[in-house]
Amino acid sequence: MCGVAGIIEFNTPEPKEGLLRKMLGLIRHRGPDAFGIFTDSHAGLAHARLSIIDLSGGDQPIHNEDETVWIVYNGEVFNYPELRQDLEERGHRFATRTDTEVLVHLYEDHGTAFVNKLNGQFAFALWDRRRKRLMLARDRLGIRPLFYHLSGRRLLFGSEIKALFADARVPRRFDPLTLSDIFTCWAPLGVSTAFEGVRQLEPGHFAVFSQDGWKSQPYWQLSFSNEGNEDRPLDDYAEELDVILTDATRIRLRADVPVGAYLSGGLDSTVITSLVKSSFNNQLRTFSVSFTDGRFDEAPFQEKAVRALETDHRSIRCTERDIGEDFPKVVWHSEVPLLRTAPVPLCRLSHLVRCNDFKVVLTGEGSDEIFAGYDIFKEDKVRRFWARQPDSQWRPRLFQRLYPDIFAHGDRRSRAFLEGFFRKGLADVASPVYSHFIRWENTAHLRSFLSPQILEAAGAHEPFVDRYCAGLPADFMTWDPLSRAQFTEISIFLSNYLLSSQGDRVAMAHAVEGRFPFLDHRVVEFASKLPHRYRMHGLKDKFILRKVASRFIPGELSQRPKQPYRAPISRCFLEGEACAVTRDLLSEEAVRRAGCFDPSKVGRFLSKCFKQGGNVLSERENMALAGMVSTQLLHRLFISHFSSQDCQEPEKVLLYGR
Amino acid sequence: MRETIIRDVRHFIIENFLFGDSGNGLKETDSLLEKGIIDSTGVLELVSHLEETYGFRVEDEELIPENLDSIANVTGYILRKLPRESFGSLHA
Repeated sequence: MCGVAGIIEFNTPEPKEGLLRKMLGLIRHRGPDAFGIFTDSHAGLAHARLSIIDLSGGDQPIHNEDETVWIVYNGEVFNYPELRQDLEERGHRFATRTDTEVLVHLYEDHGTAFVNKLNGQFAFALWDRRRKRLMLARDRLGIRPLFYHLSGRRLLFGSEIKALFADARVPRRFDPLTLSDIFTCWAPLGVSTAFEGVRQLEPGHFAVFSQDGWKSQPYWQLSFSNEGNEDRPLDDYAEELDVILTDATRIRLRADVPVGAYLSGGLDSTVITSLVKSSFNNQLRTFSVSFTDGRFDEAPFQEKAVRALETDHRSIRCTERDIGEDFPKVVWHSEVPLLRTAPVPLCRLSHLVRCNDFKVVLTGEGSDEIFAGYDIFKEDKVRRFWARQPDSQWRPRLFQRLYPDIFAHGDRRSRAFLEGFFRKGLADVASPVYSHFIRWENTAHLRSFLSPQILEAAGAHEPFVDRYCAGLPADFMTWDPLSRAQFTEISIFLSNYLLSSQGDRVAMAHAVEGRFPFLDHRVVEFASKLPHRYRMHGLKDKFILRKVASRFIPGELSQRPKQPYRAPISRCFLEGEACAVTRDLLSEEAVRRAGCFDPSKVGRFLSKCFKQGGNVLSERENMALAGMVSTQLLHRLFISHFSSQDCQEPEKVLLYGR
Repeated sequence: MRETIIRDVRHFIIENFLFGDSGNGLKETDSLLEKGIIDSTGVLELVSHLEETYGFRVEDEELIPENLDSIANVTGYILRKLPRESFGSLHA
């Protein structure tokens, strides 16, 4: 795990080392252990290393036997020992014990197609000196980030956007369309980022940049086209899952440093922890975060899991004040407007991991997506069920079972209204985005806070839903509705929010690497071929996983209903010291200067929040608050007050090439 | 009378849910749910406002879209709820 950055320049040769040092300075948190730079006349590659495999011999950039192929690489390829053995049998000589070097030799044998052989989480840049071309690639699910800025025949890339901003020639402007999209579906869509001119390589894609220009293409795509049939017994499927998941976990323990695990008290992390503990590591260290606000706290379940699994456990308790204080730091790392505060506790958790001298943790991330754990999947099912008998009094009552918290809000009196909320577009079952439409429409109401300039610029493009639907697989509508909903959840939310703002960025803020057995592509492909009834059975989510889990974890944990991971919002921003920061960020002048929001609406909104004593009840208004504070912070950190001079360049850099 | 109440209800909705945005042509009969103007907690805010401003209690069984889902419905509901004698004081 590490940070990468680089420059490829086919116009006029330019000195690169100075800029590369600055780029490294801005992402050094990702890899504080060693720094390396390679340069030749067209290319500059830079690397900040977090040492996990081959601690003494793994400094990067790394090259092949005759130094014609160079690589900087962030991540892990977990099947590297098997790949290496094969390469050695074919006569390749290795200079290190790293997984990185395996990639270089694979490229020699297979060209860009080698990326299909990798099982892991990675983003890398490989420079072929002979052919004068750069290959960039990103893992299948988008676990590791890779951003770039293309300007004619010059390319800049980096693990984080801030590295690109080290170059004053890269514009630092918000992309109005992306702001509008984030205030609709919570995340940037596809290749876009919050910044105009800064793009990201999509998950499962690789790109080649040469004198002929830039070309990116997919090498892997999620598909639910081959759903299996139910003739095969459930027990058979469960057995297969048990085997794949155990192996996915096993290879994710490969490291030359100790590996810990997150234990949230939910099903997914309990399954992973239990697999590790029972089969591979009896001395496992686990970590968790809990909340002083009881509505979000899972501590009692964490304690149960710790007692049952007998791990050596550490936890931190998060207050609203902690979240308010750390929010600016998390925005600096996430580089995107956030409608939630949930990334903040995870950032504090990675700090705890680091303070315990751990660099690597396994987590349960991804299970809710691939095995259908989220409420939105049930909501879709209930709405479809209701839509078949729209006059039924009984069918909409199922929402009460689905969302007891909302229905218990203050009093239960508003039931008829809440049902009205879910009735919106009820008959529109043929829409490809039936599952997510209500959520998007509800969130899109926040767009009314955006300034007229932003709305006008965003309005010049096709509407959000049309743009999203244009990219759907050709046979999408032949899939089961559950598969469609999962695909949408995964393609919009997984990489661009969950694995970044709640994943890579907040873990790497403290140089901690997360590893995700559920996102091993073998597990993902298994889930996508599983009959949908075994993913969600009636309204029982993660049906097959619970079945497997019941073999080895206590029933009260394996059958526990899902509690969404969430964190408090409004009071974090409106009480204590954070309150002054919020007032400052959302002041009429600051809002006017940034140009993203309508200052008068923001003012009225803030007055309403304070009138409620800072205790905002509305979900949508909580999102509005987090969204506006984070956008204003982002403007301050990356647009109005950014200076690449402020970064701390690495002191000792190994230089290669020339 | 009706006009006064309509003005108040519209004002409350625009200030409280639209933050001053009156430009989107909210019609008296527009469904507040359909238009996405109130979310799951919005209806509770609306109820509190009615109870505080008009001094009556909103009964559980009255919490239905027919009473509360548009400016016109809310106004009609208020008029039905208010005791006749209070009409004069509202005018003042």
